[in-house]
Amino acid sequence: MSKVETGAETATDQATERTTDEAELREYWRRNVRLIGALFAVWFAVSFLAGILLAEPLFDVSFGQVPLSFWFAQQGSIIVFVVLIFVYAWRMNALDREFGVED
Amino acid sequence: MTPAVPLQLGLGVDAWSLILIVGTLVVYFGVAILMHVTDTDDFYVAGRTIPASVNGAAVAADWMSAASFISLAGIVSTLGYDGTIYLMGWTGGYVVLALLIAPYLRKYGEYTIPDFIGDRYYSNTARGVAALATLFVSLTYIAGQMRGVGIVLSRFLGVDIVLGILAALALVALIGVLGGMKAITWTQAIQYFVLIVAFVIVTCAISLNLTGNPFPQMALVTSDIAGRLTQLQAEIQMGEYIVPFREYSQLQVFAIALTLMIGTAGLPHVIMRFYTVPSASEARLSAGYALFFIAILYLMVPVLAIFAKFNLIRTLNGTAVSEARSIPWVQRWTETGLLRISDANGDGVIQMTQGLTASASEVFIDPDIIVLSTPEVAGLAPIVIGVVAAGGLAAALSTADGLLIAMSSAVSHDIYYKIFRPEATQRERLIVARVVILVAAVVAAYLGINPPGFVAEVVALAFGLAAASLFPPILLGIFDERMNKEGAVSGLLVGLTFTLVLVVLMRANVVLGLEEPFLETFLGLGALGVGIYGSILNFVVAFVVSRFTPAPPEEIQELVQEVRLPRGSRDVVTGEGVEADGGVDVETDGGTDAEVDTDTTDRPETEDR
Repeated sequence: MSKVETGAETATDQATERTTDEAELREYWRRNVRLIGALFAVWFAVSFLAGILLAEPLFDVSFGQVPLSFWFAQQGSIIVFVVLIFVYAWRMNALDREFGVED
Repeated sequence: MTPAVPLQLGLGVDAWSLILIVGTLVVYFGVAILMHVTDTDDFYVAGRTIPASVNGAAVAADWMSAASFISLAGIVSTLGYDGTIYLMGWTGGYVVLALLIAPYLRKYGEYTIPDFIGDRYYSNTARGVAALATLFVSLTYIAGQMRGVGIVLSRFLGVDIVLGILAALALVALIGVLGGMKAITWTQAIQYFVLIVAFVIVTCAISLNLTGNPFPQMALVTSDIAGRLTQLQAEIQMGEYIVPFREYSQLQVFAIALTLMIGTAGLPHVIMRFYTVPSASEARLSAGYALFFIAILYLMVPVLAIFAKFNLIRTLNGTAVSEARSIPWVQRWTETGLLRISDANGDGVIQMTQGLTASASEVFIDPDIIVLSTPEVAGLAPIVIGVVAAGGLAAALSTADGLLIAMSSAVSHDIYYKIFRPEATQRERLIVARVVILVAAVVAAYLGINPPGFVAEVVALAFGLAAASLFPPILLGIFDERMNKEGAVSGLLVGLTFTLVLVVLMRANVVLGLEEPFLETFLGLGALGVGIYGSILNFVVAFVVSRFTPAPPEEIQELVQEVRLPRGSRDVVTGEGVEADGGVDVETDGGTDAEVDTDTTDRPETEDR
């Protein structure tokens, strides 16, 4: 096998690699955005929904010694926020490895 | 001028305060001496070597200002349920930051927020506007910090308030000048420890005292304290504590919380801290640590708010005026003018009718002193009071430090170096950066000594402006490849102008000195929440304009693709050796993958590649 052929083959390989690479990276970004969307749905539900929009209906439901909406508004939402960020960091590390784009 | 509080009122208290305050200041100063830095990488981004957890603690200290430590529980105890605007608003933004901004900005590298905006939108106009927004937001913020420093020093050390502010700022500026971001990061991490210990000790002790549960975070749910306060308030016609929307309408609560969250994710002094971690994945993790550390305090705030109010009402309401006036902490706080007891109806007994700040009440208490006075009201040991003083000071100083470096980088890096003197050497840039820190400290000292009459308004304005100006172009710069210079700049200008004009109109009575504001509300929102309209306007204008103007150049679209991948973020090189860091040196491609696991503890070796 001559040097020229090897060079040509490598070039084709690289070209194919680049196209699949681009498609894969698009898929990586799509899945990242989907994960972000899901986590923000939870974010909205525990803060704006449970603590503000549903403040009055959930006020009659008690959680321990306080109304459920009061708890979400003053403590519950904050706890969920912390969990959401760690879940994102953990899921993204897995996604990065799956697509070989980890740092 | 606040009178000096003489020692005879309680030697124990002041001696402990003095020892703890001076002791912690010496530690901060020691760290600064150890961290002397000599290049711009260390100066602006701590050499990108800060572990995720340490950066998390530094972000938390940077974030939790004198306002969080000193005023927040007081404000929440005044607002009741509606205090959620601050509790949620000042935490929920970290989710936005972690998921939408921090990892991508870290991958991009460089030093500042205007760096990203200027490079991504290939425009020095965008860079300049972003730098001005950074300056304005940080300056309004620092004025509020100085008030916190003043209260702590005058009340606990009995020093003259002017002298106190000058001494504190001299120390803060010295830390920044000597060690730049590196020293600031490590002192902030220590300051987080000091402030959280102080808050935990006080709140746990009171929690144990009032509810029998030493974990205040849980006492809210497990004890009946909220119910007891609601009952106590009902007795003095103060309204039910835990009922929603007493102070603000539902729409306002929603909009203010959202504005504060989005504003958080657009605050330059917070975002730029994420440049200091070694990689994009560490930036994600670091945001988690930051919010975890913040949450430890924020979960205690609603409980402390209830405890403090309960104790104050129980101690003062129905007490003889002469007896109340002889209580040591009442005497001390009366001297600062932040607490007033009157006997309006002349019956010799205090009636706290309608609350702590209402005109019908015979007691007036500034919300700012609720946390600081709590240990004394609860009768805790003198050393605890000293710990609180040191904690309050740590909270104020750490935030002031973060703001000084943010302002310094906007002037010395973005405006001086990037716009006016791209040929400046490392040495020259460092000199300018240090001089700007000193100048910023002088301005902050002036604002601290002559506080504008509208500090609270301008701090609220800072969040509205950050939400309406910096947040949209950063977010669109990452998530919308098609976003171009024309769209981003016009969106930024429209959002900024709109918010600024509306807030000035709504606060014309304080800002312009008129008798009445021009405008009470705009579409149902007051000055605190109107930033959300500015932000929406920014997004809409940016989107529409960008779709009718040419797409950004090829290399910018490649930059966006590159920023989205964590790969190669450990290899970002700026600073010495790569003077031409005029922007897109994030172009580290897949070829560097082999190197990713090596620790970039010192100057990265990638330069010769």
